[in-house]
Amino acid sequence: MKRSKTLCKIISKDYLTDDIVSIRFESPDIAASAVAGQFVSVYTDSSSELLPRPISICDVEPDKGLVRIVFRIVGKGTAMFSEKKEGDYLQIIGPLGNGYSEAVASLPDNSNVIITGGGIGIPPMLGLAKSLNNGDLCDNKNCKINVVLGYRDILFLNEEFEQYGNVYIASEDGKHGTKGNVIDAIMSGKTGNNASDEENTSTVNPGIDINNIDAIFACGPMPMLRGIKSFAEEHNIEAWISLEEKMACGIGACLACVCNSTDVDSHSMVHNKRICKDGPVFNAKEVDI
Amino acid sequence: MDRGNNNYTERIITDKNEGCKPKEIINTHVNIAGIEMKNPVTTASGTFGSGMEYGEFVDLSRLGAVTTKGVANVPWPGNPTPRIAETYGGMINAIGLQNPGIDTFISRDIPYLKQYDTKIIVNVCGRTVEDYVDVVTRLAETDVDMLEINISCPNVKEGGIAFGTNAKAIEHITSEIKKCAKQPVIMKLSPNVTDITEMARAAESGGADALSLINTITGMKIDINRRCFAVANKTGGLSGPAIRPVAVRMVYQVRHAVKLPIIGMGGIACAEDALEFIMAGASMVAVGTANFNNPTATVEIIDGIEEFMKKNGVKDIKELFGCVE
Repeated sequence: MKRSKTLCKIISKDYLTDDIVSIRFESPDIAASAVAGQFVSVYTDSSSELLPRPISICDVEPDKGLVRIVFRIVGKGTAMFSEKKEGDYLQIIGPLGNGYSEAVASLPDNSNVIITGGGIGIPPMLGLAKSLNNGDLCDNKNCKINVVLGYRDILFLNEEFEQYGNVYIASEDGKHGTKGNVIDAIMSGKTGNNASDEENTSTVNPGIDINNIDAIFACGPMPMLRGIKSFAEEHNIEAWISLEEKMACGIGACLACVCNSTDVDSHSMVHNKRICKDGPVFNAKEVDI
Repeated sequence: MDRGNNNYTERIITDKNEGCKPKEIINTHVNIAGIEMKNPVTTASGTFGSGMEYGEFVDLSRLGAVTTKGVANVPWPGNPTPRIAETYGGMINAIGLQNPGIDTFISRDIPYLKQYDTKIIVNVCGRTVEDYVDVVTRLAETDVDMLEINISCPNVKEGGIAFGTNAKAIEHITSEIKKCAKQPVIMKLSPNVTDITEMARAAESGGADALSLINTITGMKIDINRRCFAVANKTGGLSGPAIRPVAVRMVYQVRHAVKLPIIGMGGIACAEDALEFIMAGASMVAVGTANFNNPTATVEIIDGIEEFMKKNGVKDIKELFGCVE
């Protein structure tokens, strides 16, 4: 059976902020087969905007056949998707790319991990936190999950992470949690809940013991991922990062969305890996970012 | 219709109401420079890799031919990112001909394509005449069907378009390649010239067996929010439906300037678009950017051409070749 674009019915649509939209659509196939960190290509209905928009999968509900995507409205394509209503259809191909399955398989039992997302890099990490918590990607390795979320100002999805682990927050304006970036939050351990932060002041809330962390999983803007890569190297922690780049085909053929690889890649035969096909999730050591 | 059987030279179209009784027979076969293809649809170089990734979406045996991404004598890393940007009705790309080199291509990509009942057109790129000759010589030992010579890529500083915009250079490189080529040679022309017929005549004088046109049109897009170029290379090649009327016009002009068969391309997104090229004078068409919008575009176009023929009583696709004078 060949793959093709599929029309997927929108079951629900919510605005999480002014410009961040959460859509649940029906796709039993994607819901059954997707792993955290993979993405879908979403196509516009316009004959002018031709390229698919790669959008990470936030969550799947295999029992209901539902897939959730959360995206920011950044241009014409995402604006068109946001204007859809419940009952409308999205043209979708997915799941695409390599998710976090290899990363999770490499974890030791009872490991202590940090899942961190910045901005619109946060949504795919919800699916990862859920998978790790439920043992979906591995035979329940009993992970302790620390979630570190970085925001510009307005929070979204943070409450949904709380069921899977301790949530620490950084915001650029300092209104929530630690003022600064996710690495500042990792080091300071503020939860973003100002009342409990004040109450806990370091004695009760121990924050994250960085010497005890087995792996970091990260998705976010490139400066954040560069920071996580060097932070992980400095502390000798395995880091897995999810990259993004402008894509055209989304399936590994056009070579638009490449990143530099540390070694000569066995497919490209040069220092390039395809983000859509070989990634978007890479071990931080594999890529030169 | 039996999509699985690819050995039929003529596809039997049956009317749904009449069961299996053959109603009419249509012939979609085309012959370019002695190479017989089951239909006039191939892929535009660079949009389809070597078919591997699209093999998940398309039965490659349904295609008249697969035209591969350009291959050089050694691996090329290509340009920095971002390499593409969407534009109205199209896109700009400056991939920079990233490719794994001829060794990997011969050991990995050709055997992959040989599994399918389709013809293989290998796009060849280089920086110097010697580079092209090197690749063409290596390919002479292989079982590929045709060579398409990329003298028109706008995204590499040397080679590529430097050859494609100068008639003398085109004639020279064509004749040098013809000396060592074992397969028919298709020269792929650039639209970034004042008179494309001059380039077509130069390729014909150099001994080309066929022509492909058009490659992308050099363009630029500015990201007004970041106040920078949308692709790292500053300029890139514009493709997609936005360029189609230019491409149809050039196919029409070239067809009247030379005797060579033409593979037409430039913004073909559906069967109607493909038929425009065929009626303007192309003997075959290539589907490029449309693959990005719809990975099954190629087979939908093949089906659509057959449907058009059936509906309009066209028994042989050749009846449509250049039918608009």
